[in-house]
Parts: sequence; structure tokens; C-alpha cells
Amino acid sequence: MADKKKIIIVGGGLSGLMAALKVCELGGEVDLFSYCPVKRSHSLCAQGGINACMDLKGEHDSIYEHFDDTVYGGDFLADQEAVKGMVEAAPKLIKMFDRMGVPFTRTPEGTLDLRNFGGQKNKRTCFAGSTTGQQLLYALDEQVRRWEVKGGVKKYEYWEFIRIIKNKDGICRGIVAQNMNSMEIVPFRADAVILATGGPGQVYARCTASTICNGSAVSAVYQQGAEIGNPEFIQIHPTAIPGSDKNRLMSEACRGEGGRVWVWRDNPETGEKERWYFLEDMYPAYGNLVPRDVASRAIYKVCVHMNLGMHNPNRVYLDLSHIPADYLERKLGGILEMYGDFMGKDPRKVPMEIFPSIHYSMGGIWVDLKHHTNIPGLLASGECDYQYHGANRLGANSLLSAAYSGTISGPEAMRVAKSGELGDPLTDRELEDAKQEAVDEFEKILKMDGPENAHQLHHEMGDIMYQYVSIERDNIGLAKCMEELKKILKRWDNIGLTDHGHWANQEAMFVRQLRNMILYAMVITKCALQRDESRGAHAKIVLDENNQRVTDEKGDLVFMPRDDKRFMKTSIATYDPETEEPVVTYREFNHSYIKPRLRNYAVAKKE
Amino acid sequence: MAENKKKVTLIIERQDGPKEKPYKQTFEVDYRPGLNIVAALMEIQKNPVTKDGKRVAPVVWECNCLEKVCGACMMVINGRARQACASLVDNLEQPITLAPARTFPVIRDLLIDRSVMFESLKRIQGWINVEGSWDMPDAPRQNPYTAQTAYEISHCMTCGCCLEACPNVGPQSDFIGAGPTVQAYLFNINPIGKYDEPKRLEALMGKGGITSCGNSQNCVEVCPKNIKLTTYLAQLNRDVNKHALANIFNK
Repeated sequence: MADKKKIIIVGGGLSGLMAALKVCELGGEVDLFSYCPVKRSHSLCAQGGINACMDLKGEHDSIYEHFDDTVYGGDFLADQEAVKGMVEAAPKLIKMFDRMGVPFTRTPEGTLDLRNFGGQKNKRTCFAGSTTGQQLLYALDEQVRRWEVKGGVKKYEYWEFIRIIKNKDGICRGIVAQNMNSMEIVPFRADAVILATGGPGQVYARCTASTICNGSAVSAVYQQGAEIGNPEFIQIHPTAIPGSDKNRLMSEACRGEGGRVWVWRDNPETGEKERWYFLEDMYPAYGNLVPRDVASRAIYKVCVHMNLGMHNPNRVYLDLSHIPADYLERKLGGILEMYGDFMGKDPRKVPMEIFPSIHYSMGGIWVDLKHHTNIPGLLASGECDYQYHGANRLGANSLLSAAYSGTISGPEAMRVAKSGELGDPLTDRELEDAKQEAVDEFEKILKMDGPENAHQLHHEMGDIMYQYVSIERDNIGLAKCMEELKKILKRWDNIGLTDHGHWANQEAMFVRQLRNMILYAMVITKCALQRDESRGAHAKIVLDENNQRVTDEKGDLVFMPRDDKRFMKTSIATYDPETEEPVVTYREFNHSYIKPRLRNYAVAKKE
Repeated sequence: MAENKKKVTLIIERQDGPKEKPYKQTFEVDYRPGLNIVAALMEIQKNPVTKDGKRVAPVVWECNCLEKVCGACMMVINGRARQACASLVDNLEQPITLAPARTFPVIRDLLIDRSVMFESLKRIQGWINVEGSWDMPDAPRQNPYTAQTAYEISHCMTCGCCLEACPNVGPQSDFIGAGPTVQAYLFNINPIGKYDEPKRLEALMGKGGITSCGNSQNCVEVCPKNIKLTTYLAQLNRDVNKHALANIFNK
């Protein structure tokens, strides 16, 4: 009994909970850290579904097809060995969730229903209405609660991860965390640590992510030597409801269930006013179900370059009003209600007004096939890692990668914990030093007394990131963005707090997170600057010798082509403490199964 | 210009710590269409100054998803427990009052401690007793209509509105509240979960269980997810009674 292995898991979303279950089943003990009760984690915002080749619709769907769709959709930047493992495991994961009681939507026969999703021709997406993430998260939350009762899991909810602690050999053997109410800072020992802290959406301030998705933990370990992979690939979801506090996601399932995207235009031949279903027009083979990067660029072009967006000024219609209301209720109920709550209009009757929004990070902490980071003893899984999605993620592959990666990181953490590879546990001195460093940093923040407001600064950083590092990028803008971020980092020093107390001080914690966010914004921006090609979500405009944007004979912007020779490589960002900026290098990855080919959703996919 | 801008007035009941005395502060933020209570609180964060021009610590509250799915931002707004993110200023009478849901211990300002609900989920054994997460034979098929009922109940985000609104939850009673109670029904109607139905019913027969429900029907009025709580409470009540009778006859 004395030799029970202790695994610290930071983050209680789908990936962290999956990893926790696996560790418990292997006889380990879990200390689970989260900003919030794990049942409130951001995984629950995933709506549309989870992909797995169940082949229940007579379409002869195959695991290979799922594999190829994912690699092609990711514009050949995903590690193919990793993707292969994920798509092969997918049907088994669905069966596991089914046993755990996830209320999947069912056919009249009582079997699992499937729906269409973007970038896939076959019905492959299992779903629970339009709240699939909530339902999957709850199932794992329930199982982990069962283990909490049995004694395998100890939850540290309302605790913030601050940094990892390495032993004298540089192996991660613990963390420092802070109680978000008492503000107490405590070091914890472990045999291995798994980060499952989700995405960095808050770097852009307004996004579809929850307020807790700030990337702060990822940035913290990056500053301690963890490599970041492909951070420049940030997914922009084509259909969100813009808002000043957040952009609310309107699921791709709307289009999967027959929703159409359109704007008004004057017919180029007759001059008559007409509805232009531009995605169907531009991409006849996939229509409204093109992948997200493609759809977002098209909406952006129609609104910004063609000026066809509606009032307000940039919105397009996402239209479900032609679909019978009872069908919509059954398949999309939850999110239609949400649109009504926030917009005051009924999407069963009138088209929804939407615009693209920052949504997901394909990139993240670099991990190997077993989810080890480059720091021994530290693993990462879920959105916070860089694996599986390449340059663009297919819809409904995120719940899959989150759950799947937890089934790898959990057992792997146990394996290394038992292997004896991880050297000596932390000494009392090492624990005390790590704690003191975090205490000193926090006390310094509490005394900050400058003129800047942290939330205002955050908002400004978000605007800058949206302006320069979103749907269309160019090198002048990206270079400018780096300069602006350096100014923001300087201004961080001049923040002033109004709350200097030691009880539930959210302001002070936010100030600490903000600095991490700024440094991570630099990682995204610099990797985008150095990648001179267009691939997936990273679309870079060609500039002429006067640094003006180049257009073709039709007046359309010219984008750099994909450059497999130079850039079919993983970007690796490493922190340089001298400059506080990343150093960017490139690393080979496994693409031995499917030969790269050009991605074109106007025509049917060829293999 | 600035003076003419439409303002929203918020009177916020604050409290510096669990044992401190509550006090009220008034704030004004600029109106904009679609403004909700979380967005208004975020504006106060950016400029934490009261209506009288006093610089104060920013208001402390909890929020995550801002889409009415996570359940974090429940508070009492104009006297009614609800999610702050989905409470649009346009639909609220001004001045708007914000207060913590005092059924739960207050940590600071609008931030409360709802861990009691998660403990209740342990008590009712709110899970399916699966052998493990490894590969096993498929789960049984499910009646799609029953599955739809399960889907409805499984929307419960443990926000606590139903506990805050219930006259039987509080120091005078041990009632665990409608939300956690009804979760038992969710697992009882699952084809695998129903094997453990007797255990869950017995948990609800004890102190603070379903007999503590006074049938005030307040819960169903405030549930932000429109779960038919009273319907399922009634069903559970029948199931518990049947089980109790069976216990007597089997003795």
C-alpha cells in the first residue's frame, strides 16, 4: 500500500477526468486540481457531437475514411501515427460512454443516431441533442465522483495551478498551487503530473471559450522549458453569435442538420435582389459543410471584402427556418433555446445572425505519441496539447481527441511512475523553495499600484490579436503585433490593483494569469510570422515590394501557397528567458501513411 | 455626450468574507443592447468605482461559460435565483439588485460555496456502476422516448436555483433539494443504472430525502433548464413508497 503511485492531474475537463479514471483503474491515486467544480469545465460547451466510425447509416463508412478526412482536413500537418490511433479507438470510446449512461440521441430503433458534420461526407457524428460535450463531461464527472467515494481521487477544486516543480535532475515531480479562496500557496509532491488545462481562447478576450480558458498553465510550463507545437494554428469557428462579453458558439450541427448560410446580393446577371448561398456556390462538393477554416474565410470575404454583410456591420445568416420545428427541437433543442435567450429571436422562425469567432487551438504543448512533453514526468493531454488536428481541426473531433488523449496520458503517467525512470522525489527544501518563489511573486502582485487596469489591458490585447492574428494574416501585421505585445507586456508592470487583500482576490490572480497570456500571445504571433505559407487555419496574404497586399485580376487577395518542402513540419516554440520571446524551430513528424495532396473542397475528395 | 448615455444601475449586496457583515454598493455602467449581468459585472471590473465615485475592490463572483450551460454564475437578481449570464438587462426592472444565493454559505460578495450539492450527488449514487472504462460488451439499446427523458434531466447543471427557491432547504430542514434528488431518477431509468435503483431509493428514504419535499413547486418555476422537476419528484415519491411497502412485506 505504501507504494501507491500519486498522479497530479491539472484540469477536470473531458481529458483530465478520462485520465483520472484510467489512473484509478490502474491502482493509482489522483490529486485533481481545477479552477472550478470539474462539472463546470469548458468541455461542456462542445455542442454538436463526437466523431467515431459507427457505420450505422448504411454508408459503408470506414475507420480509414475517418483517418483520411482528419488528415486532409488538417492540411497534412497532423502526426498520422497519432491520428490513426485516435480514429481506431473512437468507436470503443463511444461504447464506453454509452455504458456510462450518456443520453445519446437515438433512432426509433433505439440505436445511436448519427449526423453529418463538416469536412466529412459520411454520417459519423454521435450526439446528445446539441449538448454533447455537457453530456460526455457529466458521465465522466459521475464516474470520477464514484472514485472519489472509493478513495482513488482527491479533488482540489477552486485551486489554481501556478507552476511545476522539478527535482535536481530536471524531472517534474510536483506542482505549486493556490487556494482561490484562502489564497494559500501550497507545494504538492507527485510521481508524475498531467496537464489537461484546455485551450488559450482568452488570449483573444472575446471568443467562444469559457472565461477559465486562459492558457495560463500552458504558458507557465512553457516558461519552465516545455516546448509548444504549432501554436499559430488557431481555429476560427464560422458560426458564432457575436457578443461584447463573449462570442457564443452556434454549432456546426446546425449545418449538419441542413442549415444554410446566406446573404442578400444583387444577382450579377439580372441585377435582382436574391439570397446568395455562397458556400454552396463556392464549394459545390461540400456546400455548407466545408471545414471551419474554409467556411470562416468565405464568410470573412463576403462581409469584409465584398461588403455583403448585413447591418451591424458584419453578419451573415445561418438559416434553419426551412426545417420542421419538431425535428429541430429533437436534434438541436439546447442551442436554439440559447439563441433565443441571448438574441431574443426564435431561430425556428427567422434566420440566425452569425459571424466567425476564435474558437479552438490546434497547437499547444508539444507531446510525443504517448503524451509526454519534453520535460520528463510532465504529460499533457486535451486541447492544451498540440496533437491530432494539424493545421485545422474537423468539427466533432475535439471531444474525441480530449477523451482519447486522456486514455493515453493516464496509463502512461502510471507506467513511468512505476518504472523508476523519474528519479528522486522532491526534497522538503525543493518544495519550500518553489513555494517561496510563488509566494514572493504573488505578494509583489498584491502591491502593484500603477495606473493600468488589468481587465482593460486584457481587452486591448484581445483586440490586437483579432486584428493581426486571425482569419487573414500578413507579415507586416504580424511583425507589428509582436511590437504591440511587447508594449502590452511593459504596461503590465504598471498595473494597479484596487484589491490588496488575502481573501478570494480574483483581481490579483487575474493579473498573474494576464502576464502568462501575453507571453503566450507572443508564441502564437511569432510562429505565425515565421511560417511563410498558407495551411489550414493559417492563411497568409502575399505582400508586394512596397508591403501592399497583392490582389489578382478579379480583385481577390492572393494567399501564399502551401509549402510542403519548407513547412510540412511542426513549429516548435521554446522560451528564451533573456528576451522573454519564443525561439522558433521546426521538427519532422510522421506522415508516412497518406501522401500529401492539395486540399480542395470545391470538388469531392480523392484518395 | 457622456452624460446623455443611457446608464444601468446595479445595487450589489457585498460581503468581504464568510463572517463579515453584508453591505450594499451602487454602480452604474453604460447601457448597450444585449447587455447581460455578467457583462455588466465585467464592466465594473474594468473600472471598479461606485456611483458616488468611490474606488472599491472589484465585485467577486463566479462565472465560466456565459452560455447557461455550466451553472457557475447563479445569483439572486431582482429577488429571483437565476444565471447572471442569461439575464439580459433589457428584461430586468431597474435599479437591478444583485445578491448572493444565501441558501449556501457566502465566500465573498456573490461567490458562494455549493459543495453541499456535489455531496448530495454522492449520497444518491448519481452514476452508472460500470465495471470499468475498458472494452466490454455493448450497452443495451434504449427506448428512444426514455432516452429523451434522460436527456432532459441530464441537463441539470447543479446551479442551485431550485435549492435557493425551495422553502424546505435551509437551516430548518435537511432536504437535499430538487436538483440532486431528481438525479436519482435519471440513473433509475437507465437500463444498467436501474440495477441500483433500490440503493438510490433507500438513500432518498433517509433524513433530508424526498419526504422533506413540501411540494411547494417553486423549483420547477426557477429551473433555468426547464426540467420538469416536480413531475420527477412525484414519480420518485411513488417509487420510494412502493419500495418501502415492498420492504415491509419482505421482512
